[in-house]
Amino acid sequence: MEKLKNLKNMTSKDVKEYMLNNAIYFVIGAMILFIIISEPSFLNFNVFKNILTQSSVRLILALGVGGIIILQGTDLSLGRNVGFTAIITGSFLQSHTYSARFYDTLPDWVWNTNSLGEVVGFEWYFYILVLILVMLVGAFFSAINGFVVAKFHVHPFLATLGGSVALYGILLLYFNTSDAGPQPIGSLDPTFGSFVGVWDVFGFEIPLLVVYSVGVATIMWFIWNKTTFGKNMYAVGGNPEAAKISGVSVIKTTVMVYILAGFLYGIGGYLEVARVGSANSAFGFNYELDAIAACVVGGISFSGGIGKISGAVAGVLMFTVISYGMVYLGIDAYYQYIIKGVIIVAAVALDTRKYIKKT
Amino acid sequence: MKNDYLLQIKHLSKSFSGVKVLDDVEISVKPGSIHALMGENGAGKSTLMKCLFGIYKQDEGSFYLDGEEFNFTDPKDALENGVSMVHQELNQVLQRTVIDNVWLGRYPRKGLFVDEKKMYEDTVKLFNSIGVEVDPTAKLADLSVSERQMVEIVKAVSYEAKVIVLDEPTSSLTENEVDKLFQIMRTLKKQGIGLIYISHKMEEIFTISDYVSVLRDGHYIGTKKTSELNMDTIINMMVGRDLEHRFPHKAHKVGETVLEVKNLSTYYKPYVKDVSFELRKGEILGISGLVGSRRTELIEAIFGARTKASGQLILNGQEIQNNNTVQAIKNGFALITEERRETGIYPVSDITFNSTIANIDSYKNKIGLLQNSQMQKDTARMIEKMRVKTPSQKELIRALSGGNQQKVIIGRWLLLNPDILLMDEPTRGIDVGAKYEIYQLMLDLVSQGKSIIMVSSEMPELLGITDRIGVMSNGQLAGIVNTKDTSQEELFKMTTKYL
Repeated sequence: MEKLKNLKNMTSKDVKEYMLNNAIYFVIGAMILFIIISEPSFLNFNVFKNILTQSSVRLILALGVGGIIILQGTDLSLGRNVGFTAIITGSFLQSHTYSARFYDTLPDWVWNTNSLGEVVGFEWYFYILVLILVMLVGAFFSAINGFVVAKFHVHPFLATLGGSVALYGILLLYFNTSDAGPQPIGSLDPTFGSFVGVWDVFGFEIPLLVVYSVGVATIMWFIWNKTTFGKNMYAVGGNPEAAKISGVSVIKTTVMVYILAGFLYGIGGYLEVARVGSANSAFGFNYELDAIAACVVGGISFSGGIGKISGAVAGVLMFTVISYGMVYLGIDAYYQYIIKGVIIVAAVALDTRKYIKKT
Repeated sequence: MKNDYLLQIKHLSKSFSGVKVLDDVEISVKPGSIHALMGENGAGKSTLMKCLFGIYKQDEGSFYLDGEEFNFTDPKDALENGVSMVHQELNQVLQRTVIDNVWLGRYPRKGLFVDEKKMYEDTVKLFNSIGVEVDPTAKLADLSVSERQMVEIVKAVSYEAKVIVLDEPTSSLTENEVDKLFQIMRTLKKQGIGLIYISHKMEEIFTISDYVSVLRDGHYIGTKKTSELNMDTIINMMVGRDLEHRFPHKAHKVGETVLEVKNLSTYYKPYVKDVSFELRKGEILGISGLVGSRRTELIEAIFGARTKASGQLILNGQEIQNNNTVQAIKNGFALITEERRETGIYPVSDITFNSTIANIDSYKNKIGLLQNSQMQKDTARMIEKMRVKTPSQKELIRALSGGNQQKVIIGRWLLLNPDILLMDEPTRGIDVGAKYEIYQLMLDLVSQGKSIIMVSSEMPELLGITDRIGVMSNGQLAGIVNTKDTSQEELFKMTTKYL
C-alpha cells in the first residue's frame, strides 16, 4: 500500500531513476523473452531441469564469494580453490577397478568388502571424510587470503590474485605426486558419481545437485540473516569504522567470512568433480568470473554491506538462463562471450550508479 | 563524598607542532543539565572532544567521571563507560535497520541465532522511554538525518550513558525536528544524564541550555548560567579581541561587475536554490553561513563541478557555460578546495608536479613531450612569489606545513592566470602567522584586478578581509551586506533566515 502510494507520487525524474536503477532486470527479462520467442521449445521441463542443474554448483560458489563481496572484497582465487579441492576429491575417490589410480594403495579401512573379502567400493564414511577434508583445505587457503586482507590491509583484489597464483603452484605440486604420473584424474568411483544423480519422487526426477544447493542456500540464509556473525558481516561491509566503534572485531569477522567461503569452495569442488567425472590441473579455472558476475547481477554490491541470498539465487539463475539460452539458440560461442561481458559491466555500472553521490 | 559533577575536565592543554590549540581548559558538567559549549570554528571545541574520547592524548590535564579520574583509549572505550558522542557526520551502517545499528557489536543471542524478538522489544522500550518515534525495522538509509540522530542518541542511552555530547545536532534539521530533539534532550536531562551541546545557534542555546562554556583560540573564557547571559555577552566572550593586527591593511579598489550569477540552482542534493549575485573586479566577496548551508555547493556549481538545474553565468557581459570544470578553467575560473588533503594536493608528488599539474598541457613541446626546464622555471617563480618555505622544489608536498601546501595550491592556479578565484576555507587548519600571509596574498591578487569569492566559517576573517559578505542559509542566499557596515550579530541572524 505504502509502495503504491509512493508510486503515484513519483515525478518523471523519479520514474527515470527507478527505470535506470532496475535496468539490468529489464534488459535480462527482455533477453529471456527474446530467447523464448525465437525458440518456444525453450519452455520445457527438461530445459528447466538442465538450467537448475547447471546453476547448482555455481550458486554454492556464488554464496561463498557473495559474503566476501559484501565485505567490499572479491576473490580471484575461487577458481583455483575449487580446482584444488576437486583434484583432491578425485584423487581419493577413483574407482577400485581402475589400474592407474592417483593413489596406488589406500589403507584397508577405506574399502568396503563383501563376504568373500573382495573390495566392492568405499566405506560410506570415507565419502564424508573426503568431503570434510576438502572443505578444510578450501577454508585453509581462503583463511590465508582473509587474514592478509584484514591484518595487512592488502586490497582483496591483490591478496586473492597472489593467493590464486600461489595456490595454482601448490595444486600442480600435488597433481604431480600422482602414482600414475601427472595425468587427468578420471574413472571416479561409480557410487560417488551417483551422488549427483537424480532423486526419484513419485516419478519426478529431481537432480540431487539442486537438492544440495537448495540446502546450502537455506543454511546460508540463516547464517547471513539470523546469526551475530551474519549481522556483523553486513556491518563490517557497510561501515567498518562504525562496526569497530561498536565493538565488532573487523579482523575476526573478515577471516570468518573467508573461511565460510572456503568451506563452500570445498563443497563446490567436491560436487563439481562428481558432476564432470574427471579433473585435470586446469579444473576450476575462471570459475570465479561466473560466480562474481552472478552476484553482481543479483544485486550484491561491490560498494559493500548490500546483498541478499535471494539476490545471489536470482543472479545465478538469470546468468545461467542467458548462457543456456544462447547455446540453445545456437549463438556463436564468440558472441556469447561478448554478450556475457557486456552484461557484467552493465550490471556493475548500473549498480554503482545507485550508490555514488551525484554532484 | 557525593560528587557534584558528573564529568569534569581540568587544566587541559594540547599542542600540535608547537601551536597551543588548547590552553588550560576546564569544563564541569552537572548531572541532569544541558551544558552548551561555544566558540568560533578553530576555538578548540573539536580538539577538546577528541582528547575526551581518546583520539588525541592531552599534554596536560585530567578527566573525571563521577569523581574518578579516567583516560579513554578510544571512542568504544568511552561508549562502554557511559560517555558517548553524537557526531555531526553520523557514523552508522546505512544499509542496515535501526535495530541492527542500535545493538551492533552486542546482539543478544538465543541458542545459535540472534534473538530478534528481544532486540525489537528492548528497542521499542528504549524508544518509548525517551519519546522517540522511529520505526525500529526501517533501514537507516531511508530515514531523515533527524531520525538517524535519534537512533544514535538511543544507542548512547542503551549503553547507559551518563554523558552524551551532541555536536551541532541541529545543523541540518528543520524547525519541527529541532523541537522534537529538544524534547528528547529534556527527557534525558530528567533522567539525570549530562548533555554537552555544541552549537553556533544562539536562539537554541537560550532555549535549551542551563550553562554556557566558551572557548576562544584554545583558551577557556568562562562558564556562566545561561539565564545570566544574553546574545551580546556571549558574542563578546566568543570574539572579544581586537581584530586590528590579524589582518593586513586593505588598500585595493573595487571596480565594475565582472561576473553575474543569475538564479543558480543545482540538480542534485544538496540543493542550491535560486542564488543570484554580482562579483566586481578587484573584489573579495565573502560567503558566510552555517555548516550545511551549501556554501561549498554554491561555488562548486559556479565552477561546473555540480550539475546545474537552472541559472546563468554572465562574465564581462557575455553568458558563459561552466558545465564542467574544464570549461570553467578555460573561462578563467579557479577553485581552491576546502579539503586540501583530499582534493587539493597530490601528497606523494613533488612541488614541481603539484604546481604545474593544472596547466600541464602548456608545457608540451612540438612533439608532445613535456619540457622539464620550463616547468622548473615556473615552479621556481611560483615558490618565490608565494614565499613558499621549502628546501627545494623536489620536496614532496606532504612534507610541507599546511600553510605552505596551501600556498603551493594557490600558486598552481595562479600559473593558469585566472580572473576569478573561488576559495573554499583557504585558511582552514593553518596557523595564525601563515593565515596573515595568505590574506596578504589575496589582497595582492585583488590589487592586480583579480576577483575572489571566499567561503569561510570564521566570522572575524570575513569581517577582516572581504569587501562584501553574502550569507547562505539552507541553500539560499539570505542577502549580501557591505563588510564595513555589518556586524557578527547581523550575520548570525541572516544565517538562520531560511531554516
